[in-house]
Amino acid sequence: MLDKNGIAKRIAQEVEDGFYVNLGIGIPTLVANYVRDDIELEFQSENGILGMGPFPSEEEVDADLINAGKQTITALPGASFFDSSMSFGMIRGQHVDLTILGAMEVAQNGNIANWKIPGKMVKGMGGAMDLVGSAKNIIVAMMHTNKVGDSKLLKSCSLPLTGVECVTKIVTNMAVLDIVNKKFRLLERAPGVSVEEIQKATEGDLIIEGDIPEMKI
Amino acid sequence: MINKTVNNVSEALDGVEDGMTFMLGGFGLSGIPENSIQELVRRNVKDVTCISNNAGVDDFGLGLLLKKKQIKKMISSYVGENAEFERQMLSGELEVDLIPQGTLAERCRAAQNGIPAFFTPAGYGTEIAEGKEVRDFDGKPHIMEKAFEADFAFVKAWKGDEAGNLIFKGTARNFNPLMCGAARVTVVEVEELVKPGELDPNFIHIPGIFVQRIFKGEKFEKRIEQRTVKS
Repeated sequence: MLDKNGIAKRIAQEVEDGFYVNLGIGIPTLVANYVRDDIELEFQSENGILGMGPFPSEEEVDADLINAGKQTITALPGASFFDSSMSFGMIRGQHVDLTILGAMEVAQNGNIANWKIPGKMVKGMGGAMDLVGSAKNIIVAMMHTNKVGDSKLLKSCSLPLTGVECVTKIVTNMAVLDIVNKKFRLLERAPGVSVEEIQKATEGDLIIEGDIPEMKI
Repeated sequence: MINKTVNNVSEALDGVEDGMTFMLGGFGLSGIPENSIQELVRRNVKDVTCISNNAGVDDFGLGLLLKKKQIKKMISSYVGENAEFERQMLSGELEVDLIPQGTLAERCRAAQNGIPAFFTPAGYGTEIAEGKEVRDFDGKPHIMEKAFEADFAFVKAWKGDEAGNLIFKGTARNFNPLMCGAARVTVVEVEELVKPGELDPNFIHIPGIFVQRIFKGEKFEKRIEQRTVKS
């Protein structure tokens, strides 16, 4: 079973040379720590920066330089700043190559829910609806089950949707899956996790074809 | 040159009344119009609708107006950092319209640019699409969103000149340029106010035509929400 950093490490393998990448809040943010250093890429943060760098030193901290999680950051050489309309132009216009975000639930048709629990938690969607409404390449980073052990990979979402039929790939603490013909397809197992355990933790229909390899991390 | 300067924040907010709709720039606490917000608190303007990506934190930014129950309705994309906000929303005291961040930005830009409505894929198939016109373009469904209508836009810029030309800094730019000229009156507070000619016209982000009033903010606390440093 992977921890959050393990999920981030596995997702980092999906990042290719020349990619512009948008990272959501939470596990996705960790992905930046594990990307190979022999490729060229730029991170976009939807509040208005391309070429986002690591956290600053104490001296470099600047209230006018934050990421979408409101954390202080730095700008790398070649970075640019822009307004929120242009930022979502990059997203809606499909100029961003890869979007990585968290979720509360994913359904086997690619629906995603991650912004609201009616009557309990209403934080808002932020940029998530714009991202999932337009991105070609969306990877969801999340735990396979919620805190009480229920599956987060479902036949259909029970929570209010963020987007419909948009998720292409899911990386959890147990598995890598993609979505084909409105079903989850198991691609890889986390180290030490069996196909049976994944099956048990997956409420949605799961396609299992041949031997399922263990993730290389 | 048409001079847009006013002497202070009090003059800048002349004409602000109860029940109005305000746009406020900023993302989180970065680039918020701190001085105008303080003045709104001081004047105790009531029953206002605020269009702002976030709602501040409990004791800073729009959180100050929330605490005094001055806000009737919030139009935002993300409100997660504010406990008082969540309490007022769940208890029904506060009306809340949550909309996608890109749609929020574009509804400002549409108002600024004289575009009454536009189509976006964001939110199609979700509860925010309910009651909205849907149209297919290239086989993909989009929903119609309308330009905002607002009485005042409160904007924070880094540098400005007396003609109202503006330059923003870093990610404090965010929604600020999009709100200029998107309301009946645009009020801008700047850290540095200079004479015309001192800013290079090649590097102006927002031309003064979109600005009615500009003043140098008395104080900028520029509070940081999540101070993160490298280990």
